Amino acid sequence: MEGCVATELRLGLPGTDNVRNKKRPLQEADEECGANGKSHAQDETAPPAKAQIVGWPPIRSYRKKNIQAKKNDCEGPGIYIKVGMDGAPYLRKIDLKVYSGYPDLLQALENMFKFTIGKYSEREGYKGSDYAPTYEDKDGDWMLVGDDPWEMFITSCKRLRIMKGSEARGLGCG
Amino acid sequence: MNYFPDEVVEHVFDFITSHKDRNSVSLVCKSWYKIERYSRQRVFIGNCYSITPQRLIARFPGLKSLTLKGKPHFADFNLVPHDWGGFVDPWIKALAKSRIGLEELRLKRMVVSDDSLELLSKSFPNFKSLVLVSCEGFTTDGVAAIAANCRFLRELDLQENEVEDHRGHWLSCFPESCTSLVSLNFACLKGEINLASLERLVARSPNLKSLRLNRVVPLDTLQKLLMRAPQLVDLGIGSYVDDPSSEVFSKLKAVIQLCNSIRSLSGFLEVAPCCMSAIYPICENLTFLNLSYAPGLQDNDLTKLVQHCRKLQRLWILDCIGDKGLGVVASTCKELQELRVFPSDPFDAGNAAVTEEGLVLISAGCPKLNSLLYFCHQMTNAALITVAKNCTNFIRFRLCILDPVKADPVTNQPLDEGFGAIVRSNKSLKRLSLSGLLTDQVFLYIGMYAKKLEMLSIAFAGDSNKGMLYVLNGCKKLRKLEIRDCPFGDVALLEDMGKYETMRSLWMSSCEVTLGACKTLAKKMPSLNVEIINESEQLEFSLDDRLLVDKMYLYRTLVGHRKDKPEYVLLL
Repeated sequence: MEGCVATELRLGLPGTDNVRNKKRPLQEADEECGANGKSHAQDETAPPAKAQIVGWPPIRSYRKKNIQAKKNDCEGPGIYIKVGMDGAPYLRKIDLKVYSGYPDLLQALENMFKFTIGKYSEREGYKGSDYAPTYEDKDGDWMLVGDDPWEMFITSCKRLRIMKGSEARGLGCG
Repeated sequence: MNYFPDEVVEHVFDFITSHKDRNSVSLVCKSWYKIERYSRQRVFIGNCYSITPQRLIARFPGLKSLTLKGKPHFADFNLVPHDWGGFVDPWIKALAKSRIGLEELRLKRMVVSDDSLELLSKSFPNFKSLVLVSCEGFTTDGVAAIAANCRFLRELDLQENEVEDHRGHWLSCFPESCTSLVSLNFACLKGEINLASLERLVARSPNLKSLRLNRVVPLDTLQKLLMRAPQLVDLGIGSYVDDPSSEVFSKLKAVIQLCNSIRSLSGFLEVAPCCMSAIYPICENLTFLNLSYAPGLQDNDLTKLVQHCRKLQRLWILDCIGDKGLGVVASTCKELQELRVFPSDPFDAGNAAVTEEGLVLISAGCPKLNSLLYFCHQMTNAALITVAKNCTNFIRFRLCILDPVKADPVTNQPLDEGFGAIVRSNKSLKRLSLSGLLTDQVFLYIGMYAKKLEMLSIAFAGDSNKGMLYVLNGCKKLRKLEIRDCPFGDVALLEDMGKYETMRSLWMSSCEVTLGACKTLAKKMPSLNVEIINESEQLEFSLDDRLLVDKMYLYRTLVGHRKDKPEYVLLL
């Protein structure tokens, strides 16, 4: 039974050549497909420098994701911007890269300055509190935080300011 | 058979706590079976599909603590597709309907939903302890339900779970009346939490002994928490970044001096190396140190820290400590029993941080070493033979050479002799993971010498069916065998089918087992579930017995086929 490679049938993914060649696991990696049975029409060009075998090395996926995240954090500089709040004696600095999105950022600001932001809506801005988070963009204009997609926001934000009182309400309307 | 009244026998059984012993006791005679089952409070189920919740409830009406494991171990490495199974919901539903007064639930590799957590939180008034390890399927809403409804909660321990974070202020859901917390671990949650709520919670929890924070808890909050809880025994630090000249940092240094009960330290999910010196005062008493999630600590920082940890028994660290750093560990940590060295850069072979040298140094310096997990870029037979001479107490030995099928770089030989030496000299070995270039010979050694072996993990090893047969024939205590990418086929699989009834499970993926052989096995052994995982899009199984099966998972069970299998699983 062993040796009849030509007639060997596999219950495997289409296009995979499941020849068990222990000596060349990296070759296998090029042929390996994702877990969803997606077609393996990978590049026929040169294999990537770090060909990866599914499930190898045997590190828990939770840990792997953390390593990746840490690498992404460490790679490239953070986006440090100043944050000020009306009435506060000094400004703070934050790294926009560590936040995953607006809710994350806003909660962090709430913690940092001990206040509550209202609920955001496109129509009315931040309803329900006296505060509005604003930022200065590349053009020097003061914009309401939350209107732009997050990725766009972090690249155009130069500094943050948490406006208070009537000024804030003014910005919210219109 | 009984010379004593049942109550006396039951009282004697109270002193028998290990699951194995209680299981043995229940088999002695009908009378002991009955006494044991009524008095049993803690049950461990290693495979949730081996029994049904109904039968569990029927046999152990006094159940208070249940441990369940779901997916096979290789699910940790993405080898098991999504939705394979391991759902806890039917268990919680069945327990909720019954009269069981559940107090503790411990789950590993299971799928847990928010609804399940909510039902759990509302169904058991005395519920005290929830431990979830490597689970998924729930959000912080489910965690909030536990916080809100479990009035006597002592332990909420979330380890390495994939949790969708809704930032719904779950922490604020602990009522003001909740003062019973002993252990709180939320390090795996990614989102922001209300820091003021956390401070208040810690302030009203006088019994708190274990606190593991997530990444968003900053250093100044840590300082405030430690002021409230100087009695902590186990601390997991979230963010550890500040300016060492700041006032907050001085306060932290002062309060750490008061925390002289801390024996276990972990976290540092975000860390500024210049702040590490504040930790030195508690290092003297540490028995467990886990820096495996701490980015950016270089070998100097790590060795400086470790030099203070003379009482360390367990160390989990990243390979950036380097061989030299391991040498420092070897000369400082004479009480070391368990070492885990994780790769900081698993896919970059260019950055060889630890090699066989580090392991040899450890083996020479730490005579009590009994548990090892070591990721490295290379290993030699000579090194393993030296380790085997130095260490004869290993219970767990897991070696992962990052480049699979890598030979001994000095001799170009397979690592058979090295691993052979390990199993020959470590007669108590219960768990072994192999890697590197290996032939059938290593399995001959394992079958001959690893008489106490219970779990074996094999990848890219062996030459023929003989390899697998050596193991199945020789390892009498084998319970779990998991194999990937090895040339083992039908002959090995079918040689001793009865063997699988003595084991919990067998996993074989990318081996040479045919569908026909799996069918034969399933037919001859009704007490086993033989599952084939087929992820191919060709879902019409041409039931050709000659088809080589990609993933097979078989396990013994008392209750036949499971009802919750996904479409891509074929139950034979």
